[in-house]
Amino acid sequence: MEGFKVIKSGVFDTIQDLGRYGYQQFGMPVSGAMDSYALRIGNRIIGNKENEAGIEISTPGLSLRALNETAIVLTGANITFTINDNFAPMWETLAIKKGDTISFNKIQSGCRTYLLVAGGIDVPSVLGSKSTYTRAKIGGQNGRPLKKSDIIYISNPKQKLQDIINGKVVSINIPDYHEENEIRVILGPQDDYFSETSLSTFLNSFYEITVYSDRMGYRLKGPKIESKNGSDIITDGIPPGSIQVPRNGMPIVMLADRQTTGGYAKIATVISVDIDKFAQIKPGNKIRFRKVDLEEAHRLLLEREEKITNLHFEKKVSAESKTSNNRIFQVKINEKKYKVEVEEI
Amino acid sequence: MYQKTRYLTAGDKAIELEFGNEISKELNLLVRKVYYCIRKKNIEGIEEMVPTYRSLIVYYNPQKIKYTYLVQQFKELEKSVTEISLPTAHVTEIPVLYGGEYGPDLEFVAQYNKLSVEEVIKIHTEKEYFIYMLGFSPGFPYLGGMSDKIATPRLEKPRIKVSEGSVGIAGGQTGIYPINSPGGWQIIGRIPVKLFEIKEKFPFLLKSGDYLKFYPINQKEFKEIKKKVEEGNYNCKIGLHGRI
Repeated sequence: MEGFKVIKSGVFDTIQDLGRYGYQQFGMPVSGAMDSYALRIGNRIIGNKENEAGIEISTPGLSLRALNETAIVLTGANITFTINDNFAPMWETLAIKKGDTISFNKIQSGCRTYLLVAGGIDVPSVLGSKSTYTRAKIGGQNGRPLKKSDIIYISNPKQKLQDIINGKVVSINIPDYHEENEIRVILGPQDDYFSETSLSTFLNSFYEITVYSDRMGYRLKGPKIESKNGSDIITDGIPPGSIQVPRNGMPIVMLADRQTTGGYAKIATVISVDIDKFAQIKPGNKIRFRKVDLEEAHRLLLEREEKITNLHFEKKVSAESKTSNNRIFQVKINEKKYKVEVEEI
Repeated sequence: MYQKTRYLTAGDKAIELEFGNEISKELNLLVRKVYYCIRKKNIEGIEEMVPTYRSLIVYYNPQKIKYTYLVQQFKELEKSVTEISLPTAHVTEIPVLYGGEYGPDLEFVAQYNKLSVEEVIKIHTEKEYFIYMLGFSPGFPYLGGMSDKIATPRLEKPRIKVSEGSVGIAGGQTGIYPINSPGGWQIIGRIPVKLFEIKEKFPFLLKSGDYLKFYPINQKEFKEIKKKVEEGNYNCKIGLHGRI
């Protein structure tokens, strides 16, 4: 059924699920949500399968009109958004009536917000995925970002809409998108292309995310990483989060739309649990890499997956309307996080 | 080819099996054999594999399979890599418009190798190139067998945008960009046909293990072929390897 009409579009809002797997050997990139954690949690909150497609919002400006009654949730980067001019909270189910206008303003922290809708977005599956891969013009809304006047179709949810609206997922671990400056990596596959000194430069320097960063990869700027004997390798596979170092010595972190194979030496690979956080860092910000071993990366991954598996629905305490003029802020005092709700009186 | 396979850690969800450090058909054949063996074994927890020139990347789910167990499985399998018969190789003939605005680096390639532009084109179109692998972007063939006489290093700083259909050289390799994308290859020409068309039932024109041969065309022919491609009625000539 018709879900939303795009009243106003942002610069680059695309439909993404968890990605297109199984065709990398033909050169087809995986794509999918840059912050897969936010997409998965959003789907859980709204009662969908974890890999349902949602909208990845990366710039302010998007405005949608609801064409049917539904429910939505916003996860990922902290964005200011309104439903019929009332500020609404993220990370919880919001009931949407036919004719409601949802407008997205400024992203406060992080850089990609996800809008998930009960039932999921209904676009054709291309090679097994609804993810938009704009370079090949496939997937999502005709292979391109959303534009004004688009009608976004949605599927009927499996559960009753009222049950979704009345339900709540408890104990969600909401990431702090404010000051993530340490990104954990596993060295390799081609760390032997670099000397001890170069590895030390890589692990002990700050690198800035440049504006030449997109869904394909983040180009970083910082102290030059010299390779021993050139950084060209015989082209091989590129896993997500791998860090290429081309001849100019400036690392490139390969992300969702990365090419499947490449010919630059890869000094290290960002661990799975940190890829999502990394993809939320804005250009201009600086990060530092920290080395962990494979065992630790697997332990962290299994821990996170266990937490996601254990998320469960609970009935809401109060049934009051979800939209209000209240604004919710996350405040950090002495390393402890607080949720502060500001109410107009 | 290495005496012993190297198992490289490629993040926490991928292992790279590296069998050597050169580009050779023999080595590539071993990669493909191991790929088929692993596929046949149907190991729970393996999600996807990407065979390349001299290595095989195996994506796995650490929730379903332990890294150490996986490596042990590979070691077992490698002992029993059996001969497999590969399908008859085909040759796809692909037209190229060399130089000019479509091949901005053709003159640099000629200068670098102390050749004339015509000589570069002659050398580039002489051979049947073996398709070692597809990768980089949808349908992109990595071709082997290019003459060393026209080998040229990659650009020091990759271009932000290289146009669809561009033919390039990187070191001793030649290839074609199937879609607009960033890239660091020296661009010498452009093809009017598509390597990737999502409207087709199987969207990829070429397959690994086959061959490809280029032939030069002029601006007029380029336009004519491009028009036919857009109308959906152009097919590249395909022959059997060794008979063209």
